[in-house]
Amino acid sequence: MTVHTELPFSRRDLLKGGGALIIGFSMSGLPTPALAARGDIAGPPDPNTVDTWIAIHADNTASVYFGKCELGQGNTTGLLQIVGEELDLDMSQLRAVRLDTNVTPNQGATSSSSSIHRGGPQLRAAAAEARQALLTLAATHLGVQMGSLAVSKGVVSVDGETNSRSVKYGDLLGDKPFNVKFTGTAPLKPVNRYRLVGSRVPRVDVPDKVAGRYTLVHHLRAPNMLHGRVVLPRGQRAFGAGAKPLNVDESSIKDIAGARVIRKGDFVGVVAEQEWDAIKAARALKVTWQETPVLPGNADLFEKMRAEKTTDTVIADWGDAAKGFAAAAHVRSASYRCPYQGHLPFAPNCALADVGPNSAVIQSSTQDVYNARAMLATVLGMPAEKVRVQYYEGSGTFGRSCYEDAAQAAAIMSQAAGRPVRVQYMRWDEHGWDNYGPAHLADVRAGIDASGKLVAYEYHGWQHGWTVTSSVQDIALQKPGVERAGGSNSITVNPMSTGSMYLVANRRVVSHAVPMNGYLRGAALRSPLDLSFAFASEQTIDELATAIKMDPLEFRRKNIGDKRWLGVLEAAAAAASWQPRVMGAALSDRDVVTGRGIALGTHHVSYGAAVADIEVNKRTGTIVALRIYAAMDCGLAVNPALVENQIEGQVIQSVSRMLKEEVLFDKTGVTSLDWESYPILRFAEHPEVVPVVVQRLDEPSTGAGEEVMGAAAGAIANAFFDATGVRMRQYPMTPQRVLSALGART
Amino acid sequence: MADDLKIKVNGREVPVGASPDTPLLYVLTNDLRLTGPRFGCGLAQCGSCSVLADGVEIRSCVTPVGNVAGKSVTTLEGLPVLYAQQKGLAQAPALHPLQQAFIDVEAPHCGYCYNGMTIKGAELLAQNPRPTDAEIRAHMNGHLCRCGTYPRVMKAIKVASGRITGDVR
Repeated sequence: MTVHTELPFSRRDLLKGGGALIIGFSMSGLPTPALAARGDIAGPPDPNTVDTWIAIHADNTASVYFGKCELGQGNTTGLLQIVGEELDLDMSQLRAVRLDTNVTPNQGATSSSSSIHRGGPQLRAAAAEARQALLTLAATHLGVQMGSLAVSKGVVSVDGETNSRSVKYGDLLGDKPFNVKFTGTAPLKPVNRYRLVGSRVPRVDVPDKVAGRYTLVHHLRAPNMLHGRVVLPRGQRAFGAGAKPLNVDESSIKDIAGARVIRKGDFVGVVAEQEWDAIKAARALKVTWQETPVLPGNADLFEKMRAEKTTDTVIADWGDAAKGFAAAAHVRSASYRCPYQGHLPFAPNCALADVGPNSAVIQSSTQDVYNARAMLATVLGMPAEKVRVQYYEGSGTFGRSCYEDAAQAAAIMSQAAGRPVRVQYMRWDEHGWDNYGPAHLADVRAGIDASGKLVAYEYHGWQHGWTVTSSVQDIALQKPGVERAGGSNSITVNPMSTGSMYLVANRRVVSHAVPMNGYLRGAALRSPLDLSFAFASEQTIDELATAIKMDPLEFRRKNIGDKRWLGVLEAAAAAASWQPRVMGAALSDRDVVTGRGIALGTHHVSYGAAVADIEVNKRTGTIVALRIYAAMDCGLAVNPALVENQIEGQVIQSVSRMLKEEVLFDKTGVTSLDWESYPILRFAEHPEVVPVVVQRLDEPSTGAGEEVMGAAAGAIANAFFDATGVRMRQYPMTPQRVLSALGART
Repeated sequence: MADDLKIKVNGREVPVGASPDTPLLYVLTNDLRLTGPRFGCGLAQCGSCSVLADGVEIRSCVTPVGNVAGKSVTTLEGLPVLYAQQKGLAQAPALHPLQQAFIDVEAPHCGYCYNGMTIKGAELLAQNPRPTDAEIRAHMNGHLCRCGTYPRVMKAIKVASGRITGDVR
């Protein structure tokens, strides 16, 4: 039987300097190096020092310290490839070090698909500095000029010399620090000499994950540990309304062995020696919550958003939209309604905390260990330097699910109980208290001249923003939740996803920021709102193509000037063997009809295009996604296999979000609390996905974790029209909504 | 009495200290410290806690531990040995062929659902070594994946099928 790999978890050991914890990726035969004396001091370490990023061991291997966490997207593999490339080390000579606020550098949150895009260049620079330092040592050692040295697998030799003298990195530095500051002059390897970067290196985390040997946060246990569970109202209340327990009847759990209630402010939790007892206690505890029926409910959501006093920001203003529309030969406009959707990691969030009077260690699957530390310090009333956060992978989170909440709940309960506490959210906690991807309302209008050239485009979007604080923090400290300030720090209409891919002289995009109070708690959900933007915008574009009976691929070609947008468009179309068609021109009377659609979309910097083939059952209203072809250009794809895998995941999630996913809530709170009430795409329903990576060796690497979701969403919506001749203005495109839309036509 | 309760997990008899109404999952994860089965919903909706009881997939999150007394429970950890028994192999492979296929097609993202995907897929291949696409879809439909890796689970089951039957090497 496989048993957990236990890692040191006592504050004393760790705060004394337990050393860097090496992630246990199985790399056959690799000996464990002496642990560097790291971990004594609260981070972040100086980012301009080579030792912060890289350690060279006597066995000629390297440990790499980075601040971007593995979320199942494969970034550990990609980042190691970048470091291995600059240092001329093989993958088998590299290992990643567990993220830890006392050990690893602060590279910001692992969000916005930034690991390779923004984290990669930092690691590349660090590795180049390390190489330069090592070659300086080697030149002295070998008594030659640096310029005459070559490196292979960490062995430095004199270039072109037969029977070359050589020395290993490990012999030059073995487990000693570099003590080198960044010079800023270390040369980067030219792209044409890349061998690791750009290649299909197998993911380092997969074998252990498949074998069940990979240590997830859920697997952690500590000696003398209690199991904790949160006690929250079933389904979150309105943001700003809090969750106030009017009465907690502790006698209601008196029969459950060892179970007791822990309170802090309005926070209520239970702990017990046995996990099942903690679960039973959380379920049995009688709490009377203050009623706060101030939500609009699903039924009145969009009307309330539209009527709100909003803070408006003009996101893009090219030319003169009014003049453009006045001159247009054809104009199409419509309103679109897009739901709240959840992150809902497959495993509810979990954390293990050990909090003492003066220090704390928390093991969490947070996407940002340093931000988590700051939040935990606030909740615990402790200086941040006394709090240590270590990252362990959870299940795919896709943005800010309840990981901060689980960590804070564990910390609060550990602080009160004086023992380590492991907290796992229950399914209804995670479904009910997520920081949801906000709902979105859009009014879109676009116009073309007689030749089909876009001449005017206007997008108005309504949505509220994201939360700064976590729900547990708000409840425990009895403070109202804080919404991120508007502007670029919060979610606004993304100009990249709303028409900027087209050559249109007159374009106006306006974001109407709805205040979050009285709505649900929001946060970034993978490709934030880009599915909504593409659903609205790409249907409008398609309608204009249909208005002049033009093939939608040809229409887009005609209106795009950027070669990279054209590149993904053509790549997706080619993969799908696209034949020119007029959308909705070949309608069938049969019950089950098929359609094909095409669309573009992005998140930030990369480029996405997709073609969708779907089937619609007009009698039942059921949509089946048959095949999705999806192309992405993320510049230089460090590992095309990783990008293909990310494209597949994005597409499946897009299908799920377009067809099935919607947070349900009434005036009091969220009511979709499990996989029955919040269904996601099931195995039998999944489409075939054909991923296409448009490799661009001459362009900087940009994000690949979110950028084709919008395109897939738009393509599905357009395919529905092609199949039925009817436009869907709201998603998810559930059977009920499909039947209603089809019925409205007749 | 709880003291008398014993269950057989991966070929080994183990005494159970927990009360018989405790779901099997918590015995496996907390008492036996197994890392294959894991909590996903506690409602038998997702399949992350799946184990085999006498070769049949069950949801350990809703199965009282007392209910598996007298049955042979196989978790992810015991799957290679079970496979060897089923195939009459002298020695258990390091991994079940489906696990090897998952590695070869690089299927998982976060990997959390792969306990259930492996257990359910292995159950299918034991019952039906040459499943059609439709049979795979139907058999696996009770197992959710949030990362969207269904296409590669499908591919891996077909790869493993080919290897198990010898149709494809």
